[in-house]
Amino acid sequence: MKKNRAAAFSAGIPWWLVLLVGLGSISVGTALADESYRVIFGAVARGFGVTMTVAVVSYAASLFLGLLLGLARASRLRPLREASTFYIELVRGLPMLVILYYIAFVGAPALAGVLNALLAPLIGMGAIPAFQSRNFSFATRAVLALTLGYAAFIAEIFRAGIESVDKGQVEAAHALGMSHSQTMLRVVLPQATRNVLPALANEFVAIIKDSALVSVLGVQDITQIGKVYAASTFKFFETYNVVAFFYLCLTVSLSMLVRALERRLNKASSR
Amino acid sequence: MSAFIRISDAVKTFGDPDSGGVRALDGVSLDVAKGEVVLVIGPSGSGKSTLLRVVNRLERLDSGEIWIGDDSVTARRADLRRIREDAGMVFQSFNLFAHMTILDNVSLAPRIVRKVPAAQAREAAARLLERVGLSDKLDRFPRQLSGGQQQRAAIARALAMNPKALLFDEPTSALDPEMIKEVLDVMTALAEDGMTMMVVSHEMGFARAAADRVVFMDRGRIVEQGTPEELFSDPREERTRDFIRHIL
Repeated sequence: MKKNRAAAFSAGIPWWLVLLVGLGSISVGTALADESYRVIFGAVARGFGVTMTVAVVSYAASLFLGLLLGLARASRLRPLREASTFYIELVRGLPMLVILYYIAFVGAPALAGVLNALLAPLIGMGAIPAFQSRNFSFATRAVLALTLGYAAFIAEIFRAGIESVDKGQVEAAHALGMSHSQTMLRVVLPQATRNVLPALANEFVAIIKDSALVSVLGVQDITQIGKVYAASTFKFFETYNVVAFFYLCLTVSLSMLVRALERRLNKASSR
Repeated sequence: MSAFIRISDAVKTFGDPDSGGVRALDGVSLDVAKGEVVLVIGPSGSGKSTLLRVVNRLERLDSGEIWIGDDSVTARRADLRRIREDAGMVFQSFNLFAHMTILDNVSLAPRIVRKVPAAQAREAAARLLERVGLSDKLDRFPRQLSGGQQQRAAIARALAMNPKALLFDEPTSALDPEMIKEVLDVMTALAEDGMTMMVVSHEMGFARAAADRVVFMDRGRIVEQGTPEELFSDPREERTRDFIRHIL
């Protein structure tokens, strides 16, 4: 009897979390005790803002673009559907790193060229200077690349969400005289979004991790600062410990929030 | 009495007609007068649900014509909004909007389709919900209600658009036996108020209490029609007799 209760108690404990928090506390403890760790912490922390900005801005923009693409994918209009499927398949078939290089070194010059062509009269008059690739900072290019890449994943999530809504809901809305757009906006999308909320939140965790890719463009995020610091001090072990610690703090806590959200939604819909 | 809903020679095929698609409607003509209650019965796959769904154009006809009052349902440029305001629909699986309270379910369409001010729409919705006996459930979500309560709310939702006719597609088929009566009572009260109704259902009690006419369909055609008394007690056709023996 007593043994059973002990077993149940231990089964309720998320041991992986205990281990993670333990390791986290040990590393923080070591860091505070150790002068060189304190310095590394301070250095890498300077990249925290850049990492978060890149992640949050790219995520917000890709939510918006992904919603539009997802709606187009579920549209009744064939050209819209085809165009959005084309984009999604193209982008999902590329490694994120390649998208990043492509936008940074092909997309940015191309964008400058397009802007120059569009604004040619103004530039000719000397009202504004001609655009050059270097007008777009690497951070901007990185955000653009992550946005374009993640929009494709998020579009697929929205599409799945739209398809998960019972067809009877659409019929009922139509039978009440609602137009297609009213039905989508008032009946389908609210339910679809709710159904895919956990999946959307998981994409935020994923984009935080993928934001480390921007370091290849020299953007000063956590990873880039760590890379440069380690290379100049040869303290690879300590530096990458700190870098990993920063990412884990973000991702593990966010994943736990997503799980709590999921549990809440499940409870609400089974009530 | 002049016809309010006129269906003439309606044909609807599902699937590819060349490779043996299903003829859900195979030349159906039916007139429903204002205030008349028509019950449509028939075996599954006989086309009775399709007959309702082409009246408010949830499905489009292959050929034939349908009119509701002076509005053509089948014209290429038919005013869908008008048609659907004319003829409300109640579904077998209720189809209440799952993310909204009952009150919002009933007041949404008047607000966004007919542009009724929100406060007024809510007030009207509350009155309708009271009429179907749900005045204490306004703030509940559909999943918190029983099947019978959900179906009554769905009827209130259809009524909120002030329809001139109501289409009921097997309104009690998804309900537990003890909840069927509460829904039929609401429908009977509507019939007594003079609502024009087309009802797909096999509820004999409702047929006897409220139906003016019963139509028996089989394989996409109307086989026989008459008063409930005629059709149930003394059917002329062999197929009708067989079917009625099965459901009684």
